[in-house]
Amino acid sequence: MMKVYLDNNATTMVDPEVKAAMDPYVCEIYGNPNSLHDFGTATHPALRKAMDQMYEALGARDEDDIVVTSCATESNNWVLKSVWLDLIQNGEKDHIITTEVEHPSVTAVCRWLESRGVRVTYLPVNADGIVEAHTVRDFITDKTALVSVMWANNETGAVFPIEQIAEVCKEKGVLLHTDGVQAVGKIPVNVTKAGVDFMSFSAHKFHGPKGVGGLYIRGGRSLTSLLHGGEQMGGRRSGTLNVPGIVGMGKAMELANYYLRFEEQHVRRLRDKLEDAILQIPDTYSVGPRDNRTPNTVLVSVRGVEGEAMLWDLNRAGIAASTGSACASEDLEANPIMIAVGADNELAHTAVRLSLSRFTTEAEIDYTIDVFKKAVERLRAISSTYAYTPKKEGA
Amino acid sequence: MAKSDLIGGSIWEEYSQKVQDLMNNPRNQGELTEEDAKRLGGELIVADFGAESCGDAVRLYWIVDPKTDKILDAKFKSFGCGTAIASSDTMVELCKGKTVDEAVKITNIDVEKAMRDEPDTPAVPPQKMHCSVMAYDVIKKAASLYKGVDMESFEEEIIVCECARVSLSTIKEVIKLNDLKTVEEITDYTKAGAFCKSCIRPGGHEEREYYLVDILEQTRKEMEEEKLKEQADKQASGEEVPFKEMTMVQKIKAIDKVIDENIRQYLIMDGGNMEILDVKENGEYTDVYIRYLGACSGCASSSTGTLYAIESTLKQKLDPNIRVLPI
Repeated sequence: MMKVYLDNNATTMVDPEVKAAMDPYVCEIYGNPNSLHDFGTATHPALRKAMDQMYEALGARDEDDIVVTSCATESNNWVLKSVWLDLIQNGEKDHIITTEVEHPSVTAVCRWLESRGVRVTYLPVNADGIVEAHTVRDFITDKTALVSVMWANNETGAVFPIEQIAEVCKEKGVLLHTDGVQAVGKIPVNVTKAGVDFMSFSAHKFHGPKGVGGLYIRGGRSLTSLLHGGEQMGGRRSGTLNVPGIVGMGKAMELANYYLRFEEQHVRRLRDKLEDAILQIPDTYSVGPRDNRTPNTVLVSVRGVEGEAMLWDLNRAGIAASTGSACASEDLEANPIMIAVGADNELAHTAVRLSLSRFTTEAEIDYTIDVFKKAVERLRAISSTYAYTPKKEGA
Repeated sequence: MAKSDLIGGSIWEEYSQKVQDLMNNPRNQGELTEEDAKRLGGELIVADFGAESCGDAVRLYWIVDPKTDKILDAKFKSFGCGTAIASSDTMVELCKGKTVDEAVKITNIDVEKAMRDEPDTPAVPPQKMHCSVMAYDVIKKAASLYKGVDMESFEEEIIVCECARVSLSTIKEVIKLNDLKTVEEITDYTKAGAFCKSCIRPGGHEEREYYLVDILEQTRKEMEEEKLKEQADKQASGEEVPFKEMTMVQKIKAIDKVIDENIRQYLIMDGGNMEILDVKENGEYTDVYIRYLGACSGCASSSTGTLYAIESTLKQKLDPNIRVLPI
C-alpha cells in the first residue's frame, strides 16, 4: 500500500541533507560550545554557519537577534509573557491585540494573561480567513502593549498582510509579534522588509529537526529573559546550546529558501491539482482564495461527511491528513476556523486539511485523489444528512 | 497526571478491534422503505437524532410488527466519526428481534459493552463514550414515534452524565453523604464527568441541561441552608449550639448577648461603654475587636483589669479560645 504524508503543517520529514549536516555533531563533535577547550570550540564554525544561514534566509540584519529556542511554543510564550512583565505589570500598558485563529501557544497564553488582568482583543478573520490592517488599527489604543498576528494560518494556509499590519503598528508605536511558523519555508519571509519586532519559527515545520526553533528580535528591542542561567545566546536565553539542532535548523532554512521557487511552482501545482479534483465532487468546498494561501495547504469541506470519519478512511489507505474538528476534543464545538470564516453550521465538522511538502510526488497526489473520492462515496452512503444513492453494482 | 499521561496516545489506538471492524464494514447501514414494511407486514418508523451542526447525527429505521410490537428489521444512517458509525451499527444489531419495550431498555453502556474485545477493556476511549449515547437516544426517539408519546416518558429520572448514566438524584445524594467539595470528587465517586466531560461545565462538547459545577454549588448551598435550619431549630427548642459550630452572625449575636448581660452595665456605671468593631476567625482562635467609649477610653484599667474581665467572661460563657483585642 502506498504511504502518503499530507500532514506537513503538523510536522515534516527531516531532509536527508539536514540529517547529514547534523550527523557529525552527535557523536564526533560533541563539546559544549561554552567550554574553553578544543572539544568545545570545535563546534563554533558550524554554529556560526548556522546563524549565517538563518540571518540570510530571514533577511535579518547583524544588529538584530535570532535567538534559538526549543520550539515556537517557547518563542510565543516568551514574547507574550515578557511583554506582560516589561510593559504591563508596571502599569504603563494594559492591552494586547491578537486574532481568533492563532495557534494555542498564543491563544492559551493570552487566556492566561487575561486571568492576570490583561485586556486581550481577539480579532475575527474575514471570509478569506485573514485579519486586515485597518481592523488592527481600529483596536489599537494608547494602552496597547503588543499586537500578535500570525503570518500564515496553520489550518487554511491563509497569508496575513503582515507588512501592512507592521506599518500600522509602527505608526501607532506598538510592538508587533508574528507567529511565522507556517510561513517560514513556504513563502518568502523577510523580517526587515516586513518590519516586525518579533517573529517565532520552528525547524520541524520546514524539514528541520524537532525540538529547536527560534525567535527573531529586532535590534534594540528589549525582552526580559525567561530562562536564566549560563548566559548563552548573549544572555537572552540560557541553556546549553542544542548544537546538532542549531546546525540542522540552519541547513533546513537554507534549503527551504533555496526551494522556495520550487514550492511556489511544483508544490502549488500539485496542491491545486488535488484541490481541483476534490472540488469536482459535488458539495465540496475549500476555504480561502488560493492566491493568498501558502502553496502547500488546502482545507476542504465535504458536505455530509464528518471530518474524523474521513481521516479514518484516508488513514486506512495509508494517507495522513488532519482535521481541526476532532469530535473527541473536549472543548471544540466545531472547527473554529470554519466558524471564523463563516461556513454554515453543517460544514463546521467536515473540515479536512491536506498539507503537502516539496517531497510530495505526483503519483502520491493521483493516489490520494482516487482514495478521497472512494472515501466520500462510502461515507456519504452511510451519512444520515446527505441524500445520496450509491451506484448499484453492475447498474 | 503521571507517567502514562506525559506522552499522549492516539485515541484511535484505543478502539477495540470490533469497533474498528464495524467502522470499516457496518452491517446494518442503509435505509428501509414503505415497500420493505409492506413486505414484512409491519409499520415503518424513521427516527432522527442529533444534528450535523453538532457533529453527530443518526437516523434509525425500524419495521415494527403492530401486533407483537416486535422489531422485524432495523437499519441506520449516520453523520459522525467512526465510533458513531460503529455504535449505531451495534445498537441496530441489539434492537433486532426485540420488542419496542425491550429495545428502550438498551442503554449506551450495553452498546459499548457489546463492542468490547475483552470483557474488562472498554471498547472506546472515555472521550468517545458520548458517541454511544446518541445511539441510545435515537432508540427512545423511535419508540416515542411508534407509541405516539414524548421521549421523556421513557426516562424515569433526570440523567446528568449520559456517558456513565448517572442521575441528578444520585449525584446530589453522593455530595451530601460524603460532604464532597469538588467536581473531581464527584467524578471519583460516581464516574459522572469521566468520559466526554460535557456535563462538567458549560462550553464542553455538547450543551447540557445540568452541569456538575452548578449541581455542586446548588447542593452545597442546600447543605448550608439545612445546617442553618438545623441550628436555628436547635436554638428555638432551647438546645445549646456549641460556639465553634455557630455561623459568624450567630457568634456575633452570642458575644453581644454576653457583653450586654454581664459587662456593659458595669462600664456604664463608671461613665464608660464599649462597642464591638469586628469578630474574626484566626485559626483556632476567635478574635473580638472592641473599642472603649466615654470614660473607659484612656482608663488605665482598660488594657488590664477591665480587659481581663471581659475576656474571661466571654471565655467562660462561650469558648476558651476567644481573644479580646482593644483598638
